[in-house]
Amino acid sequence: MLPEIGFGALVLAFTAAVYSVLAALLGERHQRADLVESARRSQLLTWPLLTISAVSLIGLLVNNRFDVSFVYEVTSRSMPTYLKITAWWGGQAGSLVFWAWLMAAFASLVTLRKWDRDAEFLPWVIVVTSTTLAFFLGLVIFAENPFARYWQTMSGDVVERMFRPAGTLPFVPQDGRGLNPLLRHPGMIVHPPLLYLGFVSFVIPYAFAMATLITGRTDDRWIHITRRWTLWAWLFLSLGLVFGARWAYDVLGWGGYWGWDPVEIAAFMPWLTGTAFLHSVMIQEKRGMLKQWNMLLIILTYDLVIFGTFLTRSGVLSSVHAFAQSAIGPAFFGFIGLTFVASVALLLYRWNALRAEAEMKSMLSREALFLLNNLLFLSVLIVCFWGVIFPLLSELVTGQKVTVGPPFYERATAPLFAGIMALMALAPLSAWGKSTWKTLGRAIWKPALLALLITLGLWLGGMRNLVAIIGFFLVALVTLVTLYEIWRATRARQKAQKEPFLIALGRLFARNRRRYGGYLVHISMMMMALGILGIELFQSETQATLRVGESINLSGYQVRYDEIARFPAPDGREVTRAVVSVYRDGKYLAELHPRIDFYFDAQQTMTIPGQYSTLADDLYVLLVDWQPVSAEQATFKVYHNPLVNWLWLGALVFIAAILIAAWPQPEMEVLPVRAADRSPLRVGASD
Amino acid sequence: MTKRGFSIAVLLAILLLGVLAFFQPRQVTLAQGGTPTDDEVNRIARQLYCPVCENTPLDVCPTEACRQWRELIRQMLAEGKSEAEIKQYFVEYYGARVLSEPPRQGFNWIVYVLPPLMILAGVVLLFRTLRSWVKPAAVDEQEVEQLSADPLVRKLEEDLRRREK
Repeated sequence: MLPEIGFGALVLAFTAAVYSVLAALLGERHQRADLVESARRSQLLTWPLLTISAVSLIGLLVNNRFDVSFVYEVTSRSMPTYLKITAWWGGQAGSLVFWAWLMAAFASLVTLRKWDRDAEFLPWVIVVTSTTLAFFLGLVIFAENPFARYWQTMSGDVVERMFRPAGTLPFVPQDGRGLNPLLRHPGMIVHPPLLYLGFVSFVIPYAFAMATLITGRTDDRWIHITRRWTLWAWLFLSLGLVFGARWAYDVLGWGGYWGWDPVEIAAFMPWLTGTAFLHSVMIQEKRGMLKQWNMLLIILTYDLVIFGTFLTRSGVLSSVHAFAQSAIGPAFFGFIGLTFVASVALLLYRWNALRAEAEMKSMLSREALFLLNNLLFLSVLIVCFWGVIFPLLSELVTGQKVTVGPPFYERATAPLFAGIMALMALAPLSAWGKSTWKTLGRAIWKPALLALLITLGLWLGGMRNLVAIIGFFLVALVTLVTLYEIWRATRARQKAQKEPFLIALGRLFARNRRRYGGYLVHISMMMMALGILGIELFQSETQATLRVGESINLSGYQVRYDEIARFPAPDGREVTRAVVSVYRDGKYLAELHPRIDFYFDAQQTMTIPGQYSTLADDLYVLLVDWQPVSAEQATFKVYHNPLVNWLWLGALVFIAAILIAAWPQPEMEVLPVRAADRSPLRVGASD
Repeated sequence: MTKRGFSIAVLLAILLLGVLAFFQPRQVTLAQGGTPTDDEVNRIARQLYCPVCENTPLDVCPTEACRQWRELIRQMLAEGKSEAEIKQYFVEYYGARVLSEPPRQGFNWIVYVLPPLMILAGVVLLFRTLRSWVKPAAVDEQEVEQLSADPLVRKLEEDLRRREK
């Protein structure tokens, strides 16, 4: 019964989404508010319906209903219940339902807002969000149905269908194949939902952008309405990426956190355009410029979100054949192509109405620097997109399969990231409208001098790696410039308001959440950059086969092999667990337990590291090999990852910073004043 | 050189450096002599990709096949084969996909050339756009300077500027 309920709810949700698109279009065309209202209500139905579908699916997953093919593919009897629930997004069909469920939730949230001032947007926002939802639900119903079951024909063949074909009997496998062991990790419980939340919430600003283009109401209203949506989207997407990195670090057993894999890049690309968008909308708000550009950025972000969703789960870009055989590949590409062409056509149609209201006055103005920032982010995007697509292209044209791996991306993006960091140091000091080298120089010389002294200290300390020296200089510069800016503003407030320093600092952040939240984001990014520079440039590793009692030495650490044991775990694993002691300069520090897990159901091994973490570095020990025949000896690989923990610390600061920037302002907010419009407007910040 | 010209030159130089860096291959330390240790094997394995698994470097791939390939590297090192010869062997047997980057030849050049070209096109487009925006403002400033010969206009300008602050 559960499969029928789940599938029925899916079909109803699909019907409701399609109806809401049609009703919104008709209501708009005939100016009938009742039809638009009907569209809105039918869209509000989709989330409860999809919740019924999701609950049915979870019911099937936790109850070992292996007659359902999706359940068979992603669970097994031995898996704990929480993993059976998270297996919902562990396979393609389930994760598409998950995507649709989140999309419906966000679409409902947005249609529940007050529309008094923006009634003309409503039908078009419904059309865009419901079309996106209907597309995903269509995929689920017609191509990737998670409720399809196994049926056995009289001749013994097993077929997969939603409803029982004539002359067949239900077929129930004894046990499932189990979730991919890589996905049985706490990181995998939060990483996909966060990533998908980020993906889905970027649909909302896109929907408003399209509504703006269609209605021809080309003021900045859509930017104001979606500012907070965009920030949340960015927070979720960023956290999704960071949690993915942490998961890779803890689970993949290669001493790294980011391997420039197409799947990782797929999630990174919308982040790049989203970050560019987040910056360039500020220019539109403050100066009324770049309206066309912002539209293009949000269109790109939307289509990269769809592209990313598709790439993350399907793996079809690994070969031309995989793509051709995939049921959903052509559908996805068709949808991306169609929405991109339609959106760009709309943008061109409104091109003249979106002309800038002000002019660029100086190459050093903040808007010029923001434009440069956009260029750099898009350059990283070009490198990433091209690197992901090229293997497919190469196979199509020459028949030769190639790998585009980390060296390509690192070499191409490192100077671009350095450029972005340099801009992070300059842009906060530049003024809207006009800046000169003189004014910039006056603001930057103190932090720059200190950053130079720090770099000189590193050089005197023996650092000779040029990339590292440039990198650490930029990290120091951006951090110091930002801290100096915060300090200067706090001092000014302290003097003007006669407040104690800490209260002045708190109020400064509270009154200008967006600006100082943004500055804090920059600082958190520099903390992450510190971690990335540390591990990328100074990682060292060694591997050796040891007898019990022998040690490996690496970067001042001694790792001694003490003992090893192999035992079965209740969740269907065979665990081989080594005990090693970590010493530094003869002093005992910790006992680590690197291990190899063998999963019987999936017939797959996992190498889980033992980690000793400090602010300065991580010692990351892997058990590479152990043969019971020669029980005395085991092979270990040890990585020394300097500074890597700053990456995770930076992520924590980042969350706090975005919360500050995105938290609703309780008081009155002064809207930005344009050159063309000098009277400040005071309005409540209700959006 | 005008200030604007200077800033354009600086920014172009930074971007050019980036583009040049794009072409520079990374230096690789060669394994040398002696009995091949795990580290020497991994130094080469790290540059090769597992021919079976997607996007997994050979030094960290946990499969049995990859373990055997690592042993093969050890054997070849013991036979005195150079890093280049070992890599060549793998390319001949398993195709160019075992390399971490497409070999710089024929059609593959596109992967290296296109991004810098597109980025350069972006730079040109950006600066042309910026210049077309900045120009009218620059003319305005000249006009303002001429006008500000008039003391009344100058005072008005100063007042406005003060208010903007």
